[in-house]
Amino acid sequence: MSPAIELIAINKRFGDVHANKDVNLTVERGTIHGIVGENGAGKSTLMSILYGFYEADAGEVRVNGKPIAIRSPIDAICAGIGMVHQHFMLVEPLTVVENVMLGAEGGRFLRAGEAKVRTELARLAKEYGLEIDVDAIVGELSVGLQQRVEILKALYRGADILILDEPTAVLTPPEADALFNLLRSLKEQGKTVILITHKLREIMAITDCVSVMRRGEMVATVETANTSPPELAELMVGRRVLLQVEKAEKSPGRPLLEIEKLSVVDTRGVLRVANASLTVHAGEIVGIAGVAGNGQSELLEAIAGMRRPILGSVRLGGREIRPSEHNPHQMREIGLLHVPEDRLRMGLVPSFAAFESAILGFSHEGRLGHGPILDHDRLIADLSAKMEQYDVRPPAPRLKTSKFSGGNQQKIVLAREIERNPKVLLVGQPTRGVDIGAIEFIHRRLIALRDAGVAILLVSVELDEIMNLSDRILTMCGGQITGERKPSETNEQDLGLLMAGVTDEAA
Amino acid sequence: MSAPLEMPKWADTILVPAISVVAAFLMAGLVVLSIGENPITATRWLLQGSLGTGEGLGFTLFYMTDFIFVGLAVAVAFHAGLFNIGGEGQATLGGLGIALALNNLSFLPGFLLIPIGILAAAAFGAFWAAIPGYLQAKRGSHIVITTIMFNWLASVLVVYLLVNVLREPQSMNPETRAFPEQAYIPFMHEVFAVFGIEIPPSQLNLTLVLALAAAYFVWLLIYRSRLGYAIRVVGANPTAAVYAGISPARIIIIAMVLSGALAGGLAVNELMGYQHRLLLEFTSGYGFVGIAVALMGRAHPVGIVLASLLFGILYQGGAELAFEQPNITRDMVVVIGGIIILFAGALDGLFRRLVAQMLARPKLARA
Repeated sequence: MSPAIELIAINKRFGDVHANKDVNLTVERGTIHGIVGENGAGKSTLMSILYGFYEADAGEVRVNGKPIAIRSPIDAICAGIGMVHQHFMLVEPLTVVENVMLGAEGGRFLRAGEAKVRTELARLAKEYGLEIDVDAIVGELSVGLQQRVEILKALYRGADILILDEPTAVLTPPEADALFNLLRSLKEQGKTVILITHKLREIMAITDCVSVMRRGEMVATVETANTSPPELAELMVGRRVLLQVEKAEKSPGRPLLEIEKLSVVDTRGVLRVANASLTVHAGEIVGIAGVAGNGQSELLEAIAGMRRPILGSVRLGGREIRPSEHNPHQMREIGLLHVPEDRLRMGLVPSFAAFESAILGFSHEGRLGHGPILDHDRLIADLSAKMEQYDVRPPAPRLKTSKFSGGNQQKIVLAREIERNPKVLLVGQPTRGVDIGAIEFIHRRLIALRDAGVAILLVSVELDEIMNLSDRILTMCGGQITGERKPSETNEQDLGLLMAGVTDEAA
Repeated sequence: MSAPLEMPKWADTILVPAISVVAAFLMAGLVVLSIGENPITATRWLLQGSLGTGEGLGFTLFYMTDFIFVGLAVAVAFHAGLFNIGGEGQATLGGLGIALALNNLSFLPGFLLIPIGILAAAAFGAFWAAIPGYLQAKRGSHIVITTIMFNWLASVLVVYLLVNVLREPQSMNPETRAFPEQAYIPFMHEVFAVFGIEIPPSQLNLTLVLALAAAYFVWLLIYRSRLGYAIRVVGANPTAAVYAGISPARIIIIAMVLSGALAGGLAVNELMGYQHRLLLEFTSGYGFVGIAVALMGRAHPVGIVLASLLFGILYQGGAELAFEQPNITRDMVVVIGGIIILFAGALDGLFRRLVAQMLARPKLARA
């Protein structure tokens, strides 16, 4: 039996960048094949060639043993290849049926096509356990179910080979489990799945085979059973990496950040944080675990002064913060700095030169200029020095912020905040969309900061990160703090329950 | 997938506008051809009339002065993410400020009166822009709607004042009495005459120098100052501004105040430099031309000065053209100007995309 996909000597250049160098890949039918690699390693380019977004400069694509030319996604769909993008391609105000029909309406009138879609969806639901309310409005579905609609779209179009690009990036742990069960049942039915991810745990959990890309080349393809996360990480980065940063036990100092009974409503008046109390001591990292959207973002923003809490108090270094001074500007002045969750929407200005993004929040600092005028030479020199210290690549302060990779953007934000000697540091999702090498670097920096006596409040949806870094873990669900644990005395199941709102009292 | 519009700076600031202008002239040429006139001759008259004579050049530069002010006004608001359509109204109010200041303080000497007049124009223009700015910042009323309404309000207000309050009792014209002579901004030909250089007389006056200084000031403000930094953060990424502790509401009002003050410069050039009285409709729609100028100049002061020169050539050359070739009426010249605005403003994205794709295709995306 010929393999489902064979890519032979694929080459693709973008100007000077050799995105794919003589890449070979064989994916056997009826398997789940993982592709890992750092950002920019060429995974997405390779999949875009397979799905017809780009044409390869050289090389051959064979599907089920037959060489074919894929010039557009339509060719790919005809060859039985379907793709689920990281960012969904759905029309939110339309129903599930309408979304599945889109582009495959089957004639001038909708009725006939719709009936066909309904029977087909019912069949798919039975065959793969893909139950879904076909008349639900897609925008009202949970993210996990929206992803299911994407998969249904691909299957409806007759996909035998399904490519999933970072499918769990937006999912909660239970949703991710459900997705994996679905992928397994697809495999049992003879479908082939290609899974692009940077989470090694998922690779280990679900794939049969894994291919590693680095700098445009395919450096290894191994059977998952014969490898380990450290080995994969080393293949990806090209050197040994520590997946778990070591940190010494340290007894925390005096309380620096004290939050008492804080409640926050969003712009629509919905209560997002309810009666939250917590304390962070000097030299301590407190991690907040929770499924995205359970009030962690609002909590951080309220502490930083970006949102006005409706109730509760914030004390910094033992001093109560008055509402009149509780704004981002004055909080920075008194030593509370903030690495925001969403660096592109908040932490940086993508259209600015890097050296301009590197003073966001500090443009008023006297030393950065003369009177009302900013000293650009000074800003550029400052950032140059920081780029060297934080290993930002490329070390080009004048380059547009958006041109840096996620990890390097995050380093620019971190450098900006850390170099201003925080007393308290709020950190949101420090490694979202950041490659493994940079994750290690960022974790080391945070630990070093904690060892230097900074109080760090960390919010992350990556449980591994929370477990690795925190001295204490709080869980949040529905805006409430549902539990507190020591990392040594808990595990993922335990935290998962707390994150789902099963509190200690209730248990 | 949408192609990112990345391209070298020279292509963005020079090549794309140049292509737009050439395309606009070709299209205008077809229009001229369609009414049975020779487009080559027409183009020659246009350039001859605007650049070929000393007098023509003077008028071209006079119009350019107007356009620099209103172009800069639109650009400053644009950097804060605002579309200020109210240049007309703000300039009209600027004119009212000039008339009130100069005619009530006519006992002052020129070296005091001229700066006072300029400041009055800026202050009245700023005031007229501050109200829509405030409504946008605090009430969320859309700035496009409010500034358009304020254009009408300004127009009606000045008509009322000129007809009922400010008009000379013995005059039938809805205009103020002439400003005190010491408040006239000197004509350029007068200034040159002092140094013994004779240039043909025209409306061109020293306000041009003020306009160029304003362009430099706007560059310094937007690209080098702390305030300009805050303005650009608000325009580019309002959420990041909140994170940075910059109040978008405050910046919106400040940007509109600066924008309105700049629009007041149009009144300085037209009234203190040339008309020497306040009269109806002295803005002649130039406030709207400012939008096209700012778009074409990519909201950058250098681009705006160049685009202003182009529009100055069109206005002056167009007038000459209508005079020399009666078949090409004044209305036809307006059509040609409209085509240029269409290509330079509305269709600008079209060529931008094409050029970006041609230049940047090999580097489009990285895996």
